[in-house]
Amino acid sequence: MSRVYNLKREVEKPVRLTGGHRLCAGCGAGVVVSGVLRALDKEDRAVVVNATSCLEVSTFMYPYTAYMDSYLHSAFENSAATCSGVEAAYNALKRRGKVEGTVKFITFAGDGGTYDIGFQSLSGAMERGHDMVYVCYDNEAYMNTGIQRSSSTPLFARTTTTPVGTVGQGKKQNKKDLTEILVAHNIPYVAQTAPIGNFKDLHTKAYNAIYTEGPCFLNILSPCPRGWDYPMERLAEITKLAVDTCVWPLFEVEEGVWRLSYTPKKKLPVAEFLRSQGRFRHMFQKGNEWMIEEAQQYVDQKWERLLEHTGA
Amino acid sequence: MSNRLSGNEAVAYAMKQINPDVMGAFPITPSTEIPEYFANYVADGEVNTEYVTVESEHSSMSVCIAAQAAGARSVSATSSCGLALMYELLYVAASSRLPITLACVNRALTGPININNDHSDSMGARDSGWIQIYAENNQEAYDNILMAMPIGETPQVRLPVMTCMDGFITSHAVENIELLETNAVRKFIGEYNPENYLLKRENPLAVGPYDVSAYYMEHKVLQAEAMKAAKARILEVAAEFEKISGRRYGLFEEYRMEDAELALVLIGSSAGTAKAAVDQLRADGVKAGLVKIRVFRPFPGEELARTLAGTRAVAVMDKSEGFSANGGPLFAETRSALYDLKERPYLINIVYGLGGRDVKTEDIEKVFGRLADIAVTGETHPVYTHMGQRSKEEIV
Repeated sequence: MSRVYNLKREVEKPVRLTGGHRLCAGCGAGVVVSGVLRALDKEDRAVVVNATSCLEVSTFMYPYTAYMDSYLHSAFENSAATCSGVEAAYNALKRRGKVEGTVKFITFAGDGGTYDIGFQSLSGAMERGHDMVYVCYDNEAYMNTGIQRSSSTPLFARTTTTPVGTVGQGKKQNKKDLTEILVAHNIPYVAQTAPIGNFKDLHTKAYNAIYTEGPCFLNILSPCPRGWDYPMERLAEITKLAVDTCVWPLFEVEEGVWRLSYTPKKKLPVAEFLRSQGRFRHMFQKGNEWMIEEAQQYVDQKWERLLEHTGA
Repeated sequence: MSNRLSGNEAVAYAMKQINPDVMGAFPITPSTEIPEYFANYVADGEVNTEYVTVESEHSSMSVCIAAQAAGARSVSATSSCGLALMYELLYVAASSRLPITLACVNRALTGPININNDHSDSMGARDSGWIQIYAENNQEAYDNILMAMPIGETPQVRLPVMTCMDGFITSHAVENIELLETNAVRKFIGEYNPENYLLKRENPLAVGPYDVSAYYMEHKVLQAEAMKAAKARILEVAAEFEKISGRRYGLFEEYRMEDAELALVLIGSSAGTAKAAVDQLRADGVKAGLVKIRVFRPFPGEELARTLAGTRAVAVMDKSEGFSANGGPLFAETRSALYDLKERPYLINIVYGLGGRDVKTEDIEKVFGRLADIAVTGETHPVYTHMGQRSKEEIV
């Protein structure tokens, strides 16, 4: 990014996602979307695409839209193809002298719409090389339908389809590493970020993604107070815990070169992140210490692997 | 100019003449040749269309929806399971009022998998809100594509258009057809200038809302009104098209129906076979006639009732099994259309030609033979039967 980040200057820009939308208080999605859209240069226009999601039903309920830019929602599993179609139209109309000015194309989809049902569409659009940004706001379950597990849901998390019972102990599988799968697409820019601190990391990565030519992918952690079961005022704190425990490391891969964006001063135990949310409550029952150990081992393994990639 | 083209090449050639903004391309037999021909036009610089080679038909229709919403003219082609995979998005396209043009090369739906012709694919999509226009032959396949955009893009219509032709029978058979000059095509089609679109700089647009019960029904009624309005527009466009081509089209074609007592109602390439049978029967003094449905959506119910009013017995021939246990979809529509007549002809339904099962003039003549009996006896039982299949004994 060419310019020095200045939070004050950035928040003085006109908003592109207006208030008054229907997302829950304490939800990460609205914060993520406004944070990404803020990275657009003021004079540039965007077409925002949504997969069916909490975000979509909360920000564009007829006859009100929360977006200042043009916006398109079509279905759950096709937001990448949809965005690529708008980009294709732009190229065609530009070539024929029917549109002017710079327009950017940004898709927002949840983890259900990205890791699972929209995965094929995403992979196809990335491979074709459209000039677009795909943003996954990852809240680690199907929240819009009422908290069902996705392939992004972490091990042991309680959801309505991985309940905790006399036998069941939450989700049986680890989270799919989607960011790494996107890296394997050899696209110009892939990054993992989260809305923490002064938003510099999120802003910088959004700017890079938007203003790098070609397909770019951002995976952004987006806590959900309903699904994760935390009091709404703890959004920022829990997001920060995810990063400081290395549950959600911040990194970027530009033209195949891995870079670690943030190393916690003190890598906190995973238990601190887990303890902050009701979805992991059963892990703290007597006799379940092994679950916390397993979760820690997994995070440590992934972190070590990331350090190898980034050479940090 | 006259040319020898397959149905697929005729459709691809029409698309080349149109030079659409965006094409969503994904192969499926028997429509694959359409994107293949088009890829060559792109490679040779004969069009400057944005040719998007997607990873599925679902994405192909998604691209078309997005491109059309963005303000571009988009086209695609598919068949069978490809259309089925698009199913969800067919509704999105229609309800978002996006006049996309889709060439459907009719093929049986799986399962079991079968690559040959019947109408189960497009009939499955008949209630998705798309205008559906069916071709009998290559010439009609070509002409229908050219008429699709002037119909669909009209402000009072704004609906997507599916032009259908029979897989292999029409798509792969080579026929002599008349092509229009490209300039004449471009003039006929005109520029696509929608009132609102995503890329309109001065006025951003939001498409695809969450529509609550307080609004959804009004939107559906508007969509229903648009489909009603499409009927008049289809005839208007046909009249304009006749002026530049000399070829006349209606909602359906009446073949020797003036004084017909026995009639068939069917769709697609079987009309050619049926016309030969009708000619033979006429030569033998039988007052036989044929109605070939061209426009299935909107369904020309009143017009069809008027045409069939004077007949004594009618066989509706469905090239798809609706599994309603009450006859095929064309039969349901036709029987419903005739209900308001004071004097109705006897009506039977024959499901035929599934998965490419051949239909011959002798088969059609047998149907007329049955109609002749019905006209005398009034005995229509069984009303709904299948034709052309082997008996259980034969299979054993």
